[in-house]
Amino acid sequence: MATTDTLPTSFQEIILRLQSYWAGQGCAMLQPYDMEVGAGTFHPATTLRALGSKAWAAAYVQPSRRPTDGRYGENPNRLQHYYQYQVLIKPSPPDLQALYLGSLEAIGIDMDLHDIRFVEDDWESPTLGAWGLGWEVWCDGMEVSQFTYFQQVGGHDCTPVSGELTYGLERLAMYVLGVDHVMDMPFNAPDAPIPLSYGDVFKQTEEEYARWNFDVANTDVLLRHFEEAEAECALILAQDHVDPKTGKRIVMAHPAYDQCIKASHIFNLLDARGVISVTERQAYIGRVRTLAKACADAFVLTDAGGNAA
Amino acid sequence: MPDLLIELFSEEIPARMQARAASDLKKLVTDGMVEAGLTYADAAAFATPRRLVLAVEGVLAQSPDTREERKGPKVGAPERAIEGFLRGAGLTMDQLEERDTPKGAVYFATIEKAGRPAAEIIAEVLDKTIRNFPWPKSMRWGAGSLRWVRPLHSILCILSDEAGAQIVPLDVDGIVSGDTTRGHRFMAPNAFAVTGFEDYSAKLKKAHVILDPAERADHIWVEAHNMGFAQGLEVVEDKGLLAEVAGLVEWPVVLMGDIAEDFIDLPPEVLQTSMKEHQKFFSVRNPKTGRIEKFVTVANRETADNGATILAGNQKVLAARLADAKFFWENDLRTVKSVGLAGMGKALENVTFHRELGSQAERIARIEKLAGEVAPLVGAKPDLAQDAARVAKADLSSEMVYEFPELQGVMGRYYALAADLPEAVANACEAHYSPLGPSDDVPTEPVSVAVAFADKLDTLTGFWAIDEKPTGSKDPYALRRAALGVIRIILTNDLRLRLDRFIDSQLLKHEIAQNADGAEAAELAALENTLDEIADHGVFGAAFRAVLDKLGQDVPEDGLLARIEAKMPDVSVDLLGFFHDRLKVHLREEGIRHDVIDACLHMPMNDDLTLLVKRAEALSVFLKTDDGENLLQGYKRANNILSQAEAKDGVEYSYGADVKFAEDDSEKALFAALDDAQAAIAPAMEGEDFAAAMTAMAGLRAPIDAFFEAVQINTDNQIVRRNRLNLLARIRDICHGVADLTRIEG
Repeated sequence: MATTDTLPTSFQEIILRLQSYWAGQGCAMLQPYDMEVGAGTFHPATTLRALGSKAWAAAYVQPSRRPTDGRYGENPNRLQHYYQYQVLIKPSPPDLQALYLGSLEAIGIDMDLHDIRFVEDDWESPTLGAWGLGWEVWCDGMEVSQFTYFQQVGGHDCTPVSGELTYGLERLAMYVLGVDHVMDMPFNAPDAPIPLSYGDVFKQTEEEYARWNFDVANTDVLLRHFEEAEAECALILAQDHVDPKTGKRIVMAHPAYDQCIKASHIFNLLDARGVISVTERQAYIGRVRTLAKACADAFVLTDAGGNAA
Repeated sequence: MPDLLIELFSEEIPARMQARAASDLKKLVTDGMVEAGLTYADAAAFATPRRLVLAVEGVLAQSPDTREERKGPKVGAPERAIEGFLRGAGLTMDQLEERDTPKGAVYFATIEKAGRPAAEIIAEVLDKTIRNFPWPKSMRWGAGSLRWVRPLHSILCILSDEAGAQIVPLDVDGIVSGDTTRGHRFMAPNAFAVTGFEDYSAKLKKAHVILDPAERADHIWVEAHNMGFAQGLEVVEDKGLLAEVAGLVEWPVVLMGDIAEDFIDLPPEVLQTSMKEHQKFFSVRNPKTGRIEKFVTVANRETADNGATILAGNQKVLAARLADAKFFWENDLRTVKSVGLAGMGKALENVTFHRELGSQAERIARIEKLAGEVAPLVGAKPDLAQDAARVAKADLSSEMVYEFPELQGVMGRYYALAADLPEAVANACEAHYSPLGPSDDVPTEPVSVAVAFADKLDTLTGFWAIDEKPTGSKDPYALRRAALGVIRIILTNDLRLRLDRFIDSQLLKHEIAQNADGAEAAELAALENTLDEIADHGVFGAAFRAVLDKLGQDVPEDGLLARIEAKMPDVSVDLLGFFHDRLKVHLREEGIRHDVIDACLHMPMNDDLTLLVKRAEALSVFLKTDDGENLLQGYKRANNILSQAEAKDGVEYSYGADVKFAEDDSEKALFAALDDAQAAIAPAMEGEDFAAAMTAMAGLRAPIDAFFEAVQINTDNQIVRRNRLNLLARIRDICHGVADLTRIEG
């Protein structure tokens, strides 16, 4: 198999190579969604576009937040804010595994020297009412990606099925670049006039957010925000499908889904603050799922959701 | 006769599903073939991560012709009946035959089916098999509707004989069968054609795929073992892991790597668990020190650098994992050193054990008390048993057990030692979970025995108190396992204790805990006093009455006390019955018949399981001897006559047989024999020497036989008759003193 001539030297180069590889495979290069999400899957380009019959192919970087994973920037690979690279192709092409392996080569992983394995990992998101089957992909014993064939999203069967690839960018890049601590990883080229490490960019923010997430965030306010988001979502979806002002049929699936994203992130923050008990936890997850399902129900009524009417 | 080869080639099949899928494929296809008349000589199925394969030898080239005759409705039957018959037979009216029968003229159909070519049958069977395959979880992909475990890419299906190979034509949702396959994903990805199973497996091996999972597993084990041996080390055997790893690779390449010096002092169980769970590595132990010093990983390919890059990568991932484990270990040790093991367990106050049964801390307090109560009966010091119970579950709030739940108990032992607790306490932390399965070791150290017994009995009584008993196949709290655990702890350690007493007091403690809110102080005091009384009175009922007598008052009719008084005995009897049922299953596996156990269960003190089993074992041995068998017959004859007479006369003959009314010599001899037997049996029973008691009983066989031979029981002389019946009653009493022989079958 062909190997790439030069190895990447920085975090951003790995991102750029993935971008150019998937652009070359015909994916639309989208930008991150402009809201706080726990994973790339939450981007409407994945969650909503996996629904309905219309073909789709998109790739994007998604900054993701997991408040409970914050370690004040001290843990070598745990962060409360990190990047995922996400690819979604619908219907999943028959050669998706080969396409994926091509992307590893593109970032400098030589298939002739490394041991790549597809190890069973069934994906489920209780908050999104979604599940799929696939693998975690191992490179020399390290998980470098999640590979999933979506079967259901928001309680709806996916027909056709989307193939989803998720790369944990920091971990993958650390492996490719041979770095042991994420904060030591070169962010831009090490020979740039102003070389920056991942730590230069993010060490301080990891500390600040860890403190806020764990100890300071006002839980009363968060609880209120959660309920407001929930109410707003319901309000949006309760509107008449026909807009009285323009006379057009406008089902507001995306604005409603924004509220679902909001509620989900607030729940994660509350969880990090330790104010949600084990039994309440299930109830909160159920409430977010209810929103996700309602948004999915609305999306499939729209044009992008495959409804021609 | 042709051979059949099927290969279903897909994306990676989960390792845990492969073996079952191969056997399902074999069963479904061969059953389908046989059902269609296509018999075969032999069949074998194989699986790799990317393929399911079935090879069938000696298949009929076509199914035989068949001829079947069916009897139909009477001539002149309603048209609908005749139409239905025709439809079922697939014939038309003119093909039916009228035949005279004793019941009049009847239609007969002769259905003749010509044999069909094997390929046609196989194509149908395989199509159906693929579409209905029983995967534990299956999926769709792309725009299709076919379901498989992961996307199915190709179907190889050929019939081959001397003349060559022929593709069995088949099209499953656009996947058209052929005679080609592919080798290893990276080492030999190109397609190639095959002509039969031997050709197929040979070409696969050239293309870096070992088809047979057993061969892959053997290869891995032998290689790993040899690598370890060469360095004076031993690979820790793990059959489950071996099977799993063999299911993750088509071309296993075994690599051995080092564990960095930093981590080598972690407990071996921690290293083993972390490496197995996260990385699927085998542990390599130094037999001299018992330490885990290296690991074995299995790659799926050969490389130009002989695996150096792969090994370096794996080593790095492992270092990160072990750094985590070490972090947990050191944090836990720090916690234990500063606040002690009990301090570590303090967080269990906030952990719910079960909604109705309270927190883990409340549960531990109950176990602690019970362990102290049972300690004297198992040879343990009560305070030591209580100390052990108090900390035995503390490791549940350690960071290590949070990360690796399977290390519960194991870590407790380490942390107890680190906290300078006595060895017996440390051992109990680990051993009190045992026995987990029917073949797991039973704790024998007294402190461990006390805590293990208390833990399991508290769990059982708790779930009985809230009426969450196992039903059918549902046993979410593993209560059957807990009961068997109690039984094995008692029997293995030869413990002499009355289960009833412990069941009752523990059940009552659960009742008190659950009703504490809203109960009146006097009610709770009465129940607490009952707890104390149970130690003296043995069971709830007597203890409860004693308390009420002391109080000199009646129980208010629908208060808490009345409710508990009404409920307790049934629940208690039910739980003891559950123990007896588990004991029956356990003893049956040891070869003791269920009726023998029944005969002993119906004796007094049946909550002393050691006594019960001693009795059952002696009876089981006794009944296998001629004397035992004959005595049983003699006893049954005596008992039958006696029962009939008692039923007829409406009295119980149980007293006062007198030798002076004996007429026959055999009758007198029986009196003498019974006297002798009783003289021997009483002390034997006293000493619980059931074998001696039964040997003495066996001496009764000849006199009983002679007595029945010579004497008619039901004579006209009522005095003689009554005396003889009372004599039979003595036989019955003697036998019943040993076991309830009416329960014995045959």
